[in-house]
Amino acid sequence: MTTLVAPQRSSDVATPRRPVTARLAWLGVVAVALLLAAVASVAFGSRVVSLHEIVSAFTGAEDGIGQAAVLGRLPRTILALLVGATLGLAGTVLQAVTRNPLADPQVLGITSGASLFVVAAIAFIGLSSPMAYIWVAIAGATVAALFVYAIGSLGRGGPTPLKLALAGAATSAAFTALVSAILLPRIEVMDDFRFWEIGGVGGATYAKVALVAPFLAVGTLICLVSARGLNALALGDDVAAGLGERVLRTRLVAAAGAFILCGAATAVAGPIGFVGLVVPHACRLLVGVDHRWLLPCSALVGATLLTVADVVGRVVARPSEVDVGIVTALVGAPVFIAIVRRLKVRAL
Amino acid sequence: MTDTHVLRVEGVTLAYGERTVVESLDLLVPPGQITAIIGANACGKSTLLRAMSRLLAPRRGRVVLDGKDLHRLPTREVARTLGLLPQSPIAPEGITVSDLVARGRHPYRGLLGRWTAEDDAAVARALDLTGTADLADRPVDELSGGQRQRVWIAMALAQETDILLLDEPTTFLDLSHQVEVLDLLTDLNRERGTTIVMVLHDLNLAARYADHLVAVKAGQVYAAGAPETVLDAQLVREVFAMNSQVVTDPVSGRPLVLPISRHHCGADRREPVALGV
Amino acid sequence: MTADVVVAGRVRRARHWRLTVSILAVAVVVAFALSLMIGRTFYGPEEVLRVIAGQTVPGASFTVGVLRLPRAVLGMLVGFAFGLAGVTFQTMLRNALAAPDIIGISSGASAAAVFAIVVLQVSSATTASVLAIVAALVTAALIYVLAYKDGIVGTRLILIGIGISAILKSLVSYMIIRAAAWDLQTAMRWLTGSLNGATWSRALPLAVAIAVFTPVLLGQARHLDLLRLGDDTAAALGVRVGRTRLVVILAAVALIAFATAAAGPVAFVALLSGPIAARIVGSAGSLLVPAGLVGALLVLVSDLIAQYAFGTRYPVGVITGVVGALYLVFLLVRVNRSGGSL
Repeated sequence: MTTLVAPQRSSDVATPRRPVTARLAWLGVVAVALLLAAVASVAFGSRVVSLHEIVSAFTGAEDGIGQAAVLGRLPRTILALLVGATLGLAGTVLQAVTRNPLADPQVLGITSGASLFVVAAIAFIGLSSPMAYIWVAIAGATVAALFVYAIGSLGRGGPTPLKLALAGAATSAAFTALVSAILLPRIEVMDDFRFWEIGGVGGATYAKVALVAPFLAVGTLICLVSARGLNALALGDDVAAGLGERVLRTRLVAAAGAFILCGAATAVAGPIGFVGLVVPHACRLLVGVDHRWLLPCSALVGATLLTVADVVGRVVARPSEVDVGIVTALVGAPVFIAIVRRLKVRAL
Repeated sequence: MTDTHVLRVEGVTLAYGERTVVESLDLLVPPGQITAIIGANACGKSTLLRAMSRLLAPRRGRVVLDGKDLHRLPTREVARTLGLLPQSPIAPEGITVSDLVARGRHPYRGLLGRWTAEDDAAVARALDLTGTADLADRPVDELSGGQRQRVWIAMALAQETDILLLDEPTTFLDLSHQVEVLDLLTDLNRERGTTIVMVLHDLNLAARYADHLVAVKAGQVYAAGAPETVLDAQLVREVFAMNSQVVTDPVSGRPLVLPISRHHCGADRREPVALGV
Repeated sequence: MTADVVVAGRVRRARHWRLTVSILAVAVVVAFALSLMIGRTFYGPEEVLRVIAGQTVPGASFTVGVLRLPRAVLGMLVGFAFGLAGVTFQTMLRNALAAPDIIGISSGASAAAVFAIVVLQVSSATTASVLAIVAALVTAALIYVLAYKDGIVGTRLILIGIGISAILKSLVSYMIIRAAAWDLQTAMRWLTGSLNGATWSRALPLAVAIAVFTPVLLGQARHLDLLRLGDDTAAALGVRVGRTRLVVILAAVALIAFATAAAGPVAFVALLSGPIAARIVGSAGSLLVPAGLVGALLVLVSDLIAQYAFGTRYPVGVITGVVGALYLVFLLVRVNRSGGSL
């Protein structure tokens, strides 16, 4: 006589089980790292500021160049933290939705789609309101993602990581060409665009932060709420459906959250790649594959990573700077390569 | 008619990176017969076939063709003697049957790549033997599973080799097509004396069609010989970790393995009962 | 008789191949001629022929002889080289999207050239070209080494190429942005590929490379074709898989390097030529020469469109990029309509 095995609840999926204390400990470590990164961000730059000066900037005790520098760097730091958290979160969601360990907003061509739509809107509709940019960027992110997914699904085997990466690279190349096609006759716009295209958080202002914050909040909320659904998705569509998960709905909702985040982040800071790729892998090593832990961890680690990248960019080439998009590419691509080497060919 | 070439495996150790799959294995492939290699998943049977077809170099030991080390022979000479049908061959999009089969003539084509009458005749013979002549101008991707497999066999046939190695030629085919392919291979063996070595996952088909059965367990040859001699419940238990009863198949007279499962086998059946036939 | 059917099929395919290649060759010649004739001033075929013959024709000698002729020749050579190299990579990696500009080889060449021009302030075009060639070879070698793990698997090679391409592209963007004197023309050339300012000195090294490496590729054409059946099947048929791959990669990378050094990484030509050639030629025979011809045609026609179809003069790479985008859309539309797979 065999006994019936009760179906597992979709939240019990994570294996192996890590003790909750270990996960909390890691989150704590990450939070501390985040704080240090933030401090470093306000401390370093063309002029290094001391800890004493930082503290007094906040308490308003003294006035001086140091304090001014700190307060000047504050919006930039805040923006870096927000954009980093966003990208980390979006990357984790994208990897879960596509079941693809190589998914990343830039690898999948999403950021180039956002750029294309923004440029097209400026050139053809004469859009100038920053708020509108964000909406248009979100639309572009969504269209690009769907396009890349469709192309990557062609042929045998469906959307494997390899085919998605190729589709993303080809689509990015195509969209970049379209952007050039639009911009070349419009030289005035081109200069600004070139600088934005590299991806950086310089030129951050409180206004920008306030502008993008609501979008980031909504996107984050949608993503966090999808955590349990994403856990089920990891088992494969058929198994997840068998466990009672509404597969299509979960994917669409979570993806929508990711698109909002990608669009908003790209609109305000330009295309920044590899954060979304590297952060989920790092976090999985720390807190496991349960998305209820993974998502918050991704946000924290992403924020830390981007802020550190920004600091490195500012310090390495003093007095000028290396934009954060370059730093993430230079550091992230080798990690991408290492991941590819580690994965079994069948998984690609 | 084909000359008889003898393929032998001598003390071969095969590994992928750090993982050793086959250790010091000896095997003689009886020329002019059909040999079937069976074993559980990941026991090394496909790896063994790859070594025998020169796709994998042994860490230790050697594969010998007519007394000469296979891996030291010129590639073209090997290609004219040994043919291989791998597990998942890829057909380029839109290629026609006769075009694909013609690829099998590659080891015979000269530097300038001229087509000789002999090449065309060999392709035609291959198509006729596999019963695919009427499909000659159809695109391969439009064919059914069984038809496609026959076309791949035709390509290997056009190579006009004396030894044909096949890696799981019947996987993914339904039963009628499996039988179709195996009957075709038997025709080849009977009419042209082609030595056939195939890895099969279906124990009973192997028992029916093989002259020589080789059972592989954990990278070692557990048993080798005629199916009637070698295939018994003990072999099935050792190699496949399964209790069974081996009877004589009333249709072919060959051994037939009946698995003993937890259900439907009667409460008092614990040990296999020898049925005299 | 089956043999008759076999022979008939083979003869038919060979005839179809010869016919299509002839048509493509004629198309390239026509496009070349149009490139010489069309422009702000139109010159008829007679004047063009006289200039080519070496006679001095007032007006035409300069416009056709000095401006348009080198440009058309360069365009033809660049297209041919990219087409040949592209189809080679796609065949070898068994993937229609795995073109050398996607997997980072051209990015290596352009990064080196940009570095030479912007950072090292090198003024000689030849030096920049040489650096580009070396860089392309180094990039290809790097990708190969990084992808090597108990042998080469196409999947890993492609993905690592994409990773390397990302690094190189960001380096190129950075160098161009931070360049002290930012010349739009130069930037465009190294980012998307352009035929502007074409001279004979730019075309010559490429012509030599094509003369040297095309026979190498053609010699391997049959082996390459068999690789499409899968590494195992090809090996069983007597193809030395490792050696064929190495020879073919070297030749293709050399072609890419020289072509990129001459005109920048002209987007999508390497990617598009193979599939377009396959659609025209079918499976009738080797795709190498057809793809080269398609590439040449693509660049010549795109350059004409880029120069005269719009108000602005675009670099050819932007137009080929747009064509590439349209091609991707076409892939999707075609699949949806036929309901089948690629």
